[in-house]
Amino acid sequence: MVSIAPEIRIGFYVCHCGHNIASMVDCPEVAKYVATLPGVALSRDYKYMCSDPGQELIQKDIREFGLNRVVVASCSPLLHEHTFRSAVAAGGLNPFFFHMVNIREHDAWVHTDRGEATTKAKALARAAIRRVVHHKALEVKRVPIHPDVLVVGGGIAGIHAALTLANAGKKVTLVEREPSIGGHMAKFDKTFPTLDCAACILTPKMSEVGTHPNITLWSYSDVVKLEGYVGSYTVTVRRRPRFVNEDLCTGCQECIGNCIYKEPKFTDEFNEGLGKRKPIYIPFPQATPQVVLIDPQVCLNFRKGVLADKCKKTCVEACGDRKAIDFTQKEEFKEIKVGTIIVATGFQTFDVKRIPQYGYGLFPNVYTALEVERLVNASGPTAGEVILRDGRRPKAIGIIHCVGSRDKKTNRWCSRVCCMYSMKLAHLLKEHTDAEIYNFYIDIRAPGKGYEEFYDKLNEEGVHFIRGRVGEITDWAVIPDEENKLVIRVEDTLAGFVRRIPVDMVVLSTGLEPQADAQGVRRLFNMSCGPEGFFLERHPKLAPVNTFTDGIFIAGCCQAPKDIPDTVAQAGAAAAEALALIDRGHIEQEPNTARVLADCSGCKSCLALCPYTAIGFDEATHKAVINEALCKGCGTCVGSCPSGSIVQNLFDDDEVFSEIQGVLAYD
Amino acid sequence: MTTPTPTTQPPEASISARHAPRIQAAVETAQVIKIQRTIKFESDRVRGFGRDVMSVPGCEQLESCIQCGTCSGVCPLSIYMDYTPRQVMALTRSDFKNEVLRSHTIWLCASCYACTVECPKQIRVTDIMYELKQRAIAEGIYPKRFPIPVLAREFTEMVMKHGRITEMLLVMRLFLKTSWLAAFGNWRMGIDLLKTGRLSLVTERIRQKGEISRMMDAVDRRKGS
Amino acid sequence: MKYAYFPGCSLKGLGRAYEESLLPVMRHLGVDLQELDDWNCCGATAYMAVDEAKACVLAARNLALAEKTGLDQVMAPCAACYLVLNKTKHYLHDYPAMRTTVDQALASVDLHYSGGTPVRHPLDILINDVGLEAIRRKVRRPMKGLKVATYYGCQLVRPYATFDDPYNPTTMDRLIEALGATIVRYPLKTKCCGGSLTGTVPEVGMRMVHELICEARKRGADCIATVCPLCQFNLDGYHSAVKAQFGDEMVPTVYFTQLMGLAFDLPEKQLGLKRAAVPFTWRPAPAPAAPVPVPA
Repeated sequence: MVSIAPEIRIGFYVCHCGHNIASMVDCPEVAKYVATLPGVALSRDYKYMCSDPGQELIQKDIREFGLNRVVVASCSPLLHEHTFRSAVAAGGLNPFFFHMVNIREHDAWVHTDRGEATTKAKALARAAIRRVVHHKALEVKRVPIHPDVLVVGGGIAGIHAALTLANAGKKVTLVEREPSIGGHMAKFDKTFPTLDCAACILTPKMSEVGTHPNITLWSYSDVVKLEGYVGSYTVTVRRRPRFVNEDLCTGCQECIGNCIYKEPKFTDEFNEGLGKRKPIYIPFPQATPQVVLIDPQVCLNFRKGVLADKCKKTCVEACGDRKAIDFTQKEEFKEIKVGTIIVATGFQTFDVKRIPQYGYGLFPNVYTALEVERLVNASGPTAGEVILRDGRRPKAIGIIHCVGSRDKKTNRWCSRVCCMYSMKLAHLLKEHTDAEIYNFYIDIRAPGKGYEEFYDKLNEEGVHFIRGRVGEITDWAVIPDEENKLVIRVEDTLAGFVRRIPVDMVVLSTGLEPQADAQGVRRLFNMSCGPEGFFLERHPKLAPVNTFTDGIFIAGCCQAPKDIPDTVAQAGAAAAEALALIDRGHIEQEPNTARVLADCSGCKSCLALCPYTAIGFDEATHKAVINEALCKGCGTCVGSCPSGSIVQNLFDDDEVFSEIQGVLAYD
Repeated sequence: MTTPTPTTQPPEASISARHAPRIQAAVETAQVIKIQRTIKFESDRVRGFGRDVMSVPGCEQLESCIQCGTCSGVCPLSIYMDYTPRQVMALTRSDFKNEVLRSHTIWLCASCYACTVECPKQIRVTDIMYELKQRAIAEGIYPKRFPIPVLAREFTEMVMKHGRITEMLLVMRLFLKTSWLAAFGNWRMGIDLLKTGRLSLVTERIRQKGEISRMMDAVDRRKGS
Repeated sequence: MKYAYFPGCSLKGLGRAYEESLLPVMRHLGVDLQELDDWNCCGATAYMAVDEAKACVLAARNLALAEKTGLDQVMAPCAACYLVLNKTKHYLHDYPAMRTTVDQALASVDLHYSGGTPVRHPLDILINDVGLEAIRRKVRRPMKGLKVATYYGCQLVRPYATFDDPYNPTTMDRLIEALGATIVRYPLKTKCCGGSLTGTVPEVGMRMVHELICEARKRGADCIATVCPLCQFNLDGYHSAVKAQFGDEMVPTVYFTQLMGLAFDLPEKQLGLKRAAVPFTWRPAPAPAAPVPVPA
């Protein structure tokens, strides 16, 4: 017979949960049984424990009967553990003297025999009674939240999040890898479905970021180290050398005009390789910050020997009094302290060279969608004229949907925006060239606001939509009309026959995928990712911008492919989540953390095992130390410690073993 | 067809007599174009056919078909087929066994694997075509003197008997069983082959003669069990 | 370098020029081929149309025989045989039920196949085992001025494209360039020739052959180089029918091994060049009197 100390007075409640539990478990019977167990001061059954009267009942009983332990047998702790802990606390008892037993999901809902279900409920209750005896008083921890925020990624998501936070009065550091913020959106010509000019709607926001007193913009920089925990992160940022002093450069661009390279010669990344730039350059006219930079790979000054002497440094001359150019600039490491982080690192487009059948690189007039955005853009390499690589102006254009997407050989998912941007490009190309435009699709996905209407508009403009996935592009001509053209052979599945359509230009609507360095980035920020590689949200429906690490949020295409409206919405949501933490000033942590006992031998086996990197090592005492703020109570270290020197609140050995003994009815 | 003159003369007879030429013209037009009413009822499906085909190893992926049309788009023979490969996939999945096994598609497939390699859902289209060919042959569903299944049958018989194929003998047996005219039509090629020393009528065979049939019997026994 | 050699029915019949040119070329390069004793027909596409299990058993008998020789690799020059043998290997590996059936059938004739012995194509062996360097050194009559359209057909590169790219294979191109010839761009290099359709459904088969020949001519090819006896037969044997129907000017179709034989200056009698219906008359310049090492 188990003996319990006389001062233990347990209050036991079994809930009917309406019919949910009572239909399968004989609750009065369970209550009667538990009343006979040692240590139990009172035992009740009640229809709805989670209701207000139910909670008040607990509070009243604690006071009236001097209860110092409470057990409720009802539904899942995920639902109401918090409710009952609060009720217990309101009754004047430490909330961690409470234990909850699930006799709904674990018992009533999975049994069909009333007798068996009731027996099991009794066993579970008995286990809980024995366990709760060993519960200790614990305090919820409060972790303060530093008010500053780090936003990683300066695309539209990062920009919107940064502005929202800055306007709320918080200090934001925005770190962007490229020399200018703007992300992919800065490269687009127009946006669907409104056909707003992308630059026109983006640049005011970029400008606001550049001048906002609460935003520190570090472009041409990346995060290299992250330490700390929610509310108290220490971030190390590497600022790469532009060889131009950002504070002194006024963006006049006279240096570019005076560069000894009279003609631009080097691959222009912003224009997707379609144009050329000089060694000293500004990525695009509206770049923010409005500062030039020098490419050390091609600038003569950085070559050794004879070549370096060849450069007369005419750029420095042009800069004159401003003296902004500094060839000796080195990379700098900066450290900042923030409380929350928003990761908005965006996407990369699918590499079409992985599908050689489409002829990219083999045929000069095969383009990717991003290349076409630059081609039709007024500030692009051809000033908006659609002139192809071989000089001709297209009379017929084929746009191929789903390149790289919906394909088990490349990316399984649908990239969500390609149907819409393919339609947009069809419209823009029609406008610029009046060519025959053919869109080859598998399904038309136009779910957003105004999207179906946009599709109607395209149909009215006479763009041909052919339902058939294109297998390959060929230069094999079967009839004279196909000579010197690119031929698209496709099954027109709706019309029911195979067609050959000669075009001058092929546009490949590439899908979206995670950035090339996404895995490295997510490990840096302690985030998980899904099977496709996109960063993992805490819950796909109810927590799309939270991650499994407190204080770190995600927004935009780094989480999954999406269009601009959804990206901006997510950025706002992430900012709101961060604001909620900051304005509350602290978060409360469940005290189910692990702690290292004095007999730790310093073997360090636990350090690498912690998925939350919460365990450190104190060289002075030669013992492992657990950071309570980072610890999530997963129990990995507890189970692995060879000397049993790590224990965990709420899961101490005596608690767990007595529970097991209770289930098995061991004495 | 003329409208028959009624023996008794009801008052309307004069009206129908007036309209007779127009009716006749309409009927004649109807015979110029051949109207066909096509509607498929659920009774046209052979339930379980699709499941059955997909249960064969190599054919499982057909469940994922999104009817994108890539297979038909890259198939070099699709332009000669009555149903395109994509349509055959849809028909198979929907249990339209008779339409599928009677199509030209399964016979015109040259198993070049272009479809299988391009399919975004990695459906082994070529292997499904083989499966359908096998079923059509097993059930005898093909025109009697159609060369392709006849060739398959003659091929397997020759291999069973001798273990190897003698191409010229195979071709001759094919012509015998399908079309004598085709044999004569290829006389020029026959001369060419003779001239270049490729016309060999000596039967190629393996030494262990009975081995092939013994192995095949073992397969039959296993299937029966 | 020693390999078990699986000729297949075609190389003893209509495709004998392939074997005739392959053997001396391999010998010249020091590759030792041992013909598989009592090999049987692989089944090609026809057997698979009748019964899948039996087709696998047929192919597996050859694999079992190859294993018995103790040689660790098989060379299968015919593209169809290459495909069937590799496909069978995959099936046996991926589908245990099929494996059991085949094992039992083989056991009934005291044979056993444990799953090893890769089956490779001569192109694979030439590029990867022998190496282009060794081949270049053996060239005594560089094929300078010859424009070749390399035609791989379908069975070699699809679906088990282990040694070359399925959409744009280049092994034969590199090999022929090593002989000194020029490759012309040929977009139809992996388009099916129609296989047995030329015989069974001529209105389809002939047109497919015509398309291949017409494009090769248009691209300026002096000849088409093939790896498959059925492709060679279709492109060559039906020439009069194709010319009658479509008016094509013929382009000679040769085996790549025949081109190698010419470049190595092997006796022409051994290369089976006379077996083609459309004669290939182009010859490289005669070899210099004393052998000079050809610069790499």
